[in-house]
Amino acid sequence: MNKYLADRLATACFWAAAGVITGILLFFLTHIFWRGAPVLSPAFVLGPPREMTAGGGVGPQLFNTFYILVLSLLFSLPVGVGAGIYLAEYARPGPLTNLIRLSTECLASVPSIVLGLFGAVVFVWYLGLGFCILAGAAALALLNLPVLVRVTEEALRAIPVSYREASLALGATKWQTVRRVVLPSALLGMVTGVSLVAGRALGESAILIYTAGLSVSRYFPDFNPFVAGETLAVHLWYVNAQSLVPDATRIADGSAALLVLVVLIFNLCIGIPSRILQRRLLGGGGR
Amino acid sequence: MSVGRIRHSVLWYDRFFRYVFVASAALVGLIIFAVIFFVARQGFLTFTAVSPWEFLFTTNWNPPAHYGALTFIFGSFAVTILAVCFGGPLGLAGAVFLAKVAPEWVREVLRPATDLFVGIPSVVYGWIGLSVFVPFVREHVGGAGFGLLVAGIILGIMILPTVISVSEDSLRAVSPALEEASYGLGATRWQTLSRVVLPAAAPGLVTAVILGMARAIGEAMAVQMVIGNSPQFPRSLVTPTATLTSEIVLEMGNTPFGSTWNNALFFMAFTLLVLSLAMILVIRLVVRHRGATP
Repeated sequence: MNKYLADRLATACFWAAAGVITGILLFFLTHIFWRGAPVLSPAFVLGPPREMTAGGGVGPQLFNTFYILVLSLLFSLPVGVGAGIYLAEYARPGPLTNLIRLSTECLASVPSIVLGLFGAVVFVWYLGLGFCILAGAAALALLNLPVLVRVTEEALRAIPVSYREASLALGATKWQTVRRVVLPSALLGMVTGVSLVAGRALGESAILIYTAGLSVSRYFPDFNPFVAGETLAVHLWYVNAQSLVPDATRIADGSAALLVLVVLIFNLCIGIPSRILQRRLLGGGGR
Repeated sequence: MSVGRIRHSVLWYDRFFRYVFVASAALVGLIIFAVIFFVARQGFLTFTAVSPWEFLFTTNWNPPAHYGALTFIFGSFAVTILAVCFGGPLGLAGAVFLAKVAPEWVREVLRPATDLFVGIPSVVYGWIGLSVFVPFVREHVGGAGFGLLVAGIILGIMILPTVISVSEDSLRAVSPALEEASYGLGATRWQTLSRVVLPAAAPGLVTAVILGMARAIGEAMAVQMVIGNSPQFPRSLVTPTATLTSEIVLEMGNTPFGSTWNNALFFMAFTLLVLSLAMILVIRLVVRHRGATP
């Protein structure tokens, strides 16, 4: 075969692959919103769910989704950022550093259902918390940790060494350098990373079914972390799998659209301002 | 306050925060061992009542009498292989397109689009599979619709962002000098890609596919919603069956903690854990062997 013909054919194949990928995405998004948009009324988004009759909403589930996310970030942010700072600023190459890196990488690859079972053993049974928001948030924190470590380390490594040298040469200690020079410059990179973590955590369900449970509190909003708290993603699975309500399809359609909408809005709210801010601070370009 | 005391407290803070960071790193490093320990301990209790041979090599799953989990192990491998068959070539082609073929404006549009795939939660993938793919397969392919085929397609789509982003990075990391040398010899773009760029980026591409497999084998919710959840060995791609993850999701809620049945589910989780850790080790070997970073 003529090599120019082969080149044309290959190029056509690559364009076709890109077309298929974009096509799948567009189809998914239109399907989600075409089915879900008619359901999304204030009564559905904020209303209480029903066990047996039609017309239930997802208000408490939406609240629990954000409550568990905030609690899990509260647990995982300090530890994850601390470990990231250690790996980027303090760690010397050696077997111990390698071990920490390897085990973080392994933790990132653990399937979320396995972390869910671990959370069920440790938090729900051994610590005796029962199915509750706190147990769910703690298990979810384990899922966030390795990603937080990695994004923190990457954000810190992107800061030029000369910044640190200048600070140290002025007589600052290592901690002063990290706090006053390195962390402020790396903040935007870290915020973008955290928004990625949060987007993933918002849609997570396998880890929460057997830690946060499948029911919601009668009160709304209920800030008690020791009651069971079903999230929106878990609810979407539950109505498809075992719910008794007659309008399960309607609730599933609405929940799916709402869930994707929440993740998208969350990423846009954090992603776009931080990108604009970064452009302004770094004078164009960005990363 | 004297200068000496200020100096002292500054040094004290410096040391204190060093210990805080060391402690957080150690904590993160220890979690994986805790996960392995607790899941393994609970899982191995299964074998006080069931022989390992029955668990791993028979297909009769009928607790509390029979605990043959081979169907689920086979199911997990089958959906993973199908996912790589669907998502692997498409993802790699998409990565080559993004890294080497696409004009600048197309890349600007397509890059956020692949990020959107990550933004769709896995239950939503399962819901789409349930409401679109299962009825479609039932009408046009036959069978119940539920089964390995739909699970494989959905997982193939779910691993796309992983495959695309990791392999695109490794394609970009190939030295431009290699490419320029090839073009300089009169090679076309496809010749350059297939004989120079792809072989040079091979360790990264293998890493991308293995990471995609790790994602596919561990995915629970989407698979559980479309696999059919029947503990029978699949006779075709469209008969209902089950995987390790789908069976855990399905039965965990109905079994009391500490029962043999429950322990068997923990051993399935331990099997998943071992498989995904093995994949990470394989990636390390591939990367070290070829001496390139992914």
